[in-house]
Amino acid sequence: EKEELIEEWQPEPLVSPVSKDHPALNYNIVSGPPSHAIVVNGKECINFASFNFLGLLDNPRVKAAALASLKKYGVGTCGPRGFYGTFDVHLDLEDRLAKFMKTEEAIIYSYGFATIASAIPAYSKRGDIVFVDKAACFAIQKGLQASRSDIKLFKHNDMADLERLLKEQEVEDQKNPRKARVTRRFIVVEGLYMNTGTICPLPELVKLKYKYKARIFLEESLSFGVLGDHGRGVTEHYGISIDDIDLISANMENSLASVGGFCCGRSFVIDHQRLSGQGYCFSASLPPLLAAAAIEALNIMEENPGIFAVLKEKCKRIHKALQGISGLKLVGESFSPAFHLQLEDSTGSREKDVKLLQEIVNQCMDRSIALTQARYLEEEEKCLPPPSIRVVVTVEQTEEELEKAASVIKEVAQEVLL
Amino acid sequence: MLTQIHRVTQNGGLYKRPFNEAFEETPMLVAVLTYVGYGVLTLFGYLRDFLRHWRIEKCHHATEREEQKDFVSLYQDFENFYTRNLYMRIRDNWNRPICSVPGAKVDIMERQSDDYNWSFRYTGNIIKGVINMGSYNYLGFARNTGSCQEAAAKVLEEYGVGVCSTRQEIGNLDKHEELEKLVARFLGVEAAMAYGMGFATNSMNIPALVGKGCLILSDELNHASLVLGARLSGATIRIFKHNNMQSLEKLLKDAIVYGQPRTRRPWKKILILVEGIYSMEGSIVRLPEVIALKKKYKAYLYLDEAHSIGALGPTGRGVVEYFGLDPEDVDIMMGTFTKSFGASGGYIGGKKELIDYLRTHSHSAVYATSLSPPVVEQIITSMKCIMGLDGTSLGKECVQQLAENTRYFRRRLKEMGFIIYGNEDSPVVPLMLYMPAKIGAFGREMLKRNIGVVVVGFPATPIIESRARFCLSAAHTKEILDTTLKEIDEVGDLLQLKYSRHRLVPLLDRPFDETTYEETED
Repeated sequence: EKEELIEEWQPEPLVSPVSKDHPALNYNIVSGPPSHAIVVNGKECINFASFNFLGLLDNPRVKAAALASLKKYGVGTCGPRGFYGTFDVHLDLEDRLAKFMKTEEAIIYSYGFATIASAIPAYSKRGDIVFVDKAACFAIQKGLQASRSDIKLFKHNDMADLERLLKEQEVEDQKNPRKARVTRRFIVVEGLYMNTGTICPLPELVKLKYKYKARIFLEESLSFGVLGDHGRGVTEHYGISIDDIDLISANMENSLASVGGFCCGRSFVIDHQRLSGQGYCFSASLPPLLAAAAIEALNIMEENPGIFAVLKEKCKRIHKALQGISGLKLVGESFSPAFHLQLEDSTGSREKDVKLLQEIVNQCMDRSIALTQARYLEEEEKCLPPPSIRVVVTVEQTEEELEKAASVIKEVAQEVLL
Repeated sequence: MLTQIHRVTQNGGLYKRPFNEAFEETPMLVAVLTYVGYGVLTLFGYLRDFLRHWRIEKCHHATEREEQKDFVSLYQDFENFYTRNLYMRIRDNWNRPICSVPGAKVDIMERQSDDYNWSFRYTGNIIKGVINMGSYNYLGFARNTGSCQEAAAKVLEEYGVGVCSTRQEIGNLDKHEELEKLVARFLGVEAAMAYGMGFATNSMNIPALVGKGCLILSDELNHASLVLGARLSGATIRIFKHNNMQSLEKLLKDAIVYGQPRTRRPWKKILILVEGIYSMEGSIVRLPEVIALKKKYKAYLYLDEAHSIGALGPTGRGVVEYFGLDPEDVDIMMGTFTKSFGASGGYIGGKKELIDYLRTHSHSAVYATSLSPPVVEQIITSMKCIMGLDGTSLGKECVQQLAENTRYFRRRLKEMGFIIYGNEDSPVVPLMLYMPAKIGAFGREMLKRNIGVVVVGFPATPIIESRARFCLSAAHTKEILDTTLKEIDEVGDLLQLKYSRHRLVPLLDRPFDETTYEETED
């Protein structure tokens, strides 16, 4: 009888078939380097889509440093950090990052996504409580899932909502003081949110931190190298002492134009990840040429602190220029280099919205402005943002190009949406 | 004292070649002494913690900020007991910084510690020409000269280093398309997809393939990335004994007959997770039997070839070629480029529908940056070299050299009387040390003699089975291997490591017991 059951059982197919016109199936093919003048699907465009904020992707100094490292070390490291995979370049980069951010120590990961996704589960375990913003990016969500902690979502940038949740937690603590003494609390926020382009209210968060005794983990992927007078991120922007933030995590794939990520903070906090960060211990270390490129990029950032003001200026300009487009609304701060254009009135179905926006993107590309839609995994996100076009401002774009982009987007939006 | 070697041989004609795997059992005296050793260390640990608490002994490690002293403590004291008291004593054996190519010989930066390993200071000296038995450089592609490096340099000049975008947005370069076609051709599958990090390949794609209501059958000794991917997927996980086909078959039968635990509904999908070569044991998966079981019970097979791609098989195509099987039988072939190709990143290969699905649903394609162009070029050049497409026979020679080195090294070590785990053909050679004191002593003695080895203890291995792990490479010449063997011999005599008793008791399989357990996600 058991044999019959075994014969009869039919599993589902391993993967469900994907329709040929799935919006994400056919990638845009970029021939050549994804630099300021980019060639997408055979068309030459100006790049308004890659996160190359400081224009370091093409920088000859960065390339020269990487080349020197390639000639010395080869490409791969052939091992994790624990087993002969630690190169002097890695130690150098960690040192430089710690000095730049004015913290005690830094730790580098070989993949941007894995940075925050390994950092959170190293500290927060089952039974701990994490308060996280609804608009947190996917990497944070995966880190939280891996940590198995209790997750409490608060409305995006709403400090009153967060305070309410913290108060509720305090009431719970009074009921069970023994448990409360061993339950750790964390607040996870991003400096500049990838999904909305808004900034987090850090001064209020620090006040809440000391009032309710929760630790803050700040994810600065978008704001590192962008905000602040020297590019140190949202803490410098607000003038908050960096010791108030327990852990700052960022990826080096945006402003530093390299690959990988890092966490920085006090030694007390960071040293723990060297033995319990999964993406650090069980994975090969960052190829030395990428580390050397990041060091050179840091050098450039330290030498010209003026570029951050230039970037801010350009962001403000295009922000103003793109206001008032009929049919599209702009979501994001005026100094955020990556912001979103969402449909003012949605058609009602997400698929149609995505198609409309894709039409806009395609036409913009025909007029040589390279844009992209912000991509999400629809089934997996906890709070799925509405479909949007992401516009990225970099230091390399000239004023004419900014003007041209603004006018092209306006024209195309007019045509497609009306 | 009876010791048994569980020798496993051919099984019913599924294997076209002898499968020789041996795991000699721990001698009883050694096991007892190891426990005693750990007991003594634990006692001393408690004593030192006591002294530190009462400030009799200076506290070296970092502490919490004054302003945050009344927060709930970040770490539990007990969690770090092992780190503080056992790991710190022999910490100088790990994280050794190097400053040259990780090839057959490497330059290590010398470190000194004045306070018993709590902090290190670099003396500025460099120990040159240390024989590298620790890096995963199986085919010797970790080089800073030669055609791979030149090609990578050219691509670096042209494309730059970073990509600054994800695959689905604007980070899909023509180089990535070229790489994926080549990987598919190399593996003999319909299509392939490449990712930026090997660890992330597992942890981001397993959740895309299985979800709640599915069953994952995972080997006991699977890598952390597979375990994390399985946990993140939300499916039910059941563990079968390492490489034990009876255990796997029993689990499969029970799963189909009894269905899901509470509702008794049938499972949606069953996925078997195995690795090609297990890096801590040196064993090779029993692929012919696994495939026979998979076909009988209609499960799906996910094969992680991180260590075996390029290292096994007559032309380096991995464990599937080693056993002479058809790559189409394995549903999902995953591997990494870090070990045999001297680059970084991972790939998944399989049928076109699978890869199309992953292009749209994989977490990495949507949220994570794509591979860096010079790294892609390194993979392309080294893969072409292994396949022989660049016109030389360098690839074939490397694969053969590695196989010869493996056989020679293992044979000599066994003759000397060490206990060596694993399959005869695996280039990962674990040499058993057992006792905690010997872990540190072995690592340091070998470094004194200019040989860099990797020693592993708890928690990567069971507590009494600590070992030294050698990773052989095609770049190791016979002279290098002979020097290493001589030094290992000396150190083995010095530390009394030659435990092997060599008494053969032929058994069909390692025995297993009924302890299978289940892990469900909330």
